[in-house]
Amino acid sequence: MKFLLNWVAALGALVLGTVEFVGELGIFAASGISHIFRPPYYPRLIGRSVMEIGFYSLPVVALTALFTGMVLALQSYTGFSRFNAESAIASIVVLSVTRELGPVLAGLMVSGRAGAAMAAELGTMRVTDQIDALSTLSTEPMKYLVAPRLVAGVIAMPLLVLVADVLGVMGGFLVSTEKLGFTPATYLVSTFTNLKSEDVVSGLIKAAAFGFIISLMGCFNGYRSKGGAQGVGAATTSAVVTASILILAVDYILTQVLFVK
Amino acid sequence: MSIPKIRIRGLKKSFGEKKVLDGIDLDVMPGTGMVVIGGSGTGKSVLIKSILGLVTPDAGVIEIDGEDVLKASRGRARELRAQIGMLFQNGALFDSLPVWENVTFGLLAKKKIKRAAARAKAVEVLAQVGLADDVAGLSPSELSGGMQKRVALARAIASEPAIMFFDEPTTGLDPIMGAVIDELIVDCVKKLGSTSISITHDMASAQRIGDRAAMLYEGRVCWTGPAGELMTSTDPVVDQFTHGRSHGPIKMALRR
Repeated sequence: MKFLLNWVAALGALVLGTVEFVGELGIFAASGISHIFRPPYYPRLIGRSVMEIGFYSLPVVALTALFTGMVLALQSYTGFSRFNAESAIASIVVLSVTRELGPVLAGLMVSGRAGAAMAAELGTMRVTDQIDALSTLSTEPMKYLVAPRLVAGVIAMPLLVLVADVLGVMGGFLVSTEKLGFTPATYLVSTFTNLKSEDVVSGLIKAAAFGFIISLMGCFNGYRSKGGAQGVGAATTSAVVTASILILAVDYILTQVLFVK
Repeated sequence: MSIPKIRIRGLKKSFGEKKVLDGIDLDVMPGTGMVVIGGSGTGKSVLIKSILGLVTPDAGVIEIDGEDVLKASRGRARELRAQIGMLFQNGALFDSLPVWENVTFGLLAKKKIKRAAARAKAVEVLAQVGLADDVAGLSPSELSGGMQKRVALARAIASEPAIMFFDEPTTGLDPIMGAVIDELIVDCVKKLGSTSISITHDMASAQRIGDRAAMLYEGRVCWTGPAGELMTSTDPVVDQFTHGRSHGPIKMALRR
């Protein structure tokens, strides 16, 4: 009986904790969004955050996309050659990269790099009283720290994914022409014949959503971190884990909305 | 009799089961310096964070210039609190900004100066706390502890606040640097004619920067009096605290 009660208590605590987390996150997100539209605005901080999220993530996203395109071409060849359907490789690569792998992999990489950095920066600011200091200097921390990063995430991620799309296709092109015997012209014609603008646009919509999620989770976890170095570390881990899970969940929802007719 | 610059009545704040403030009453008269002393965890920081609006009290009254900030509209409360400058215990300088931007942050936020004029203004304020103009371009991480405290003080006084809070201003500094910071605090406060509340564990510092002192114990103000009488007070709690005696009412409270 005691075991059962303990089990119910643990389950209840878990449910309450989850509800509390979701509620706090919802209020935080609503407050962050509302501050985006209310003055004063901080374009300089948005620019700096775009550089931090976008430009400095470029190498890691570019390499990820390039190798993913290369592997995709190799693996597709292994499967399709059994059915004499090698000609489908170009379309498989371009559609996979633009619709799914470009935004999702870029999102996961940026979450690990920029989302973690955001959580660590805000967490350190929290535990060293810098966020309180902002309030005492007539500056609303949500407006100064969170709103610019949310905007920057939504701007930077689609730009990164555009680059990832190009490099992912280039990876497939390189492997197909150098290793699998495709002629460059055949591969490119096949790529662009099967690619529609909505494939790219849907990927960019996903990228914008993922950019928002990465910034939101980075800011949320950092902003409410407690304690010292351990608290900041926990906030950073939580930012990456929650953002990654949310990216995959939202990817499914957006795929359902955008592609399933 | 003039209205207190800051008047606190029945201020209460609990964190879970723990009652940190249990009915604080405190008056700080205009142009005077109040030093708040008390053991660790007695709610000194919670008290000034409540006045600053960083912590929401459970009950009580906090009046600034006779106006209750807890009952005022959000905008009015912000206006009342905008006249407070704060020196945080660890400086809380923004490490992503150079010293000059730290010093003029509040002025830029309130649009009291243009960005182009901010550096010159920062150099002027830094001179008031005894720092050379070449410090303006440095990052906070390049400064020593004493210099960081001075920059934080410069940031607190830059907008010439009518009220100033100092949270353990000499903690972590050597005795000479501590005395220098105290002297700067007294100079700045006198020059601006500000009202101040300081938190400290340093009795020498308390007597240098305060006109009056208040002792917090068990969530209440258990003693107030002239800061100069801190070391000679016959109140058993104050006597034990100021002389650092291991025996007395505070120790008994810890054992309970």
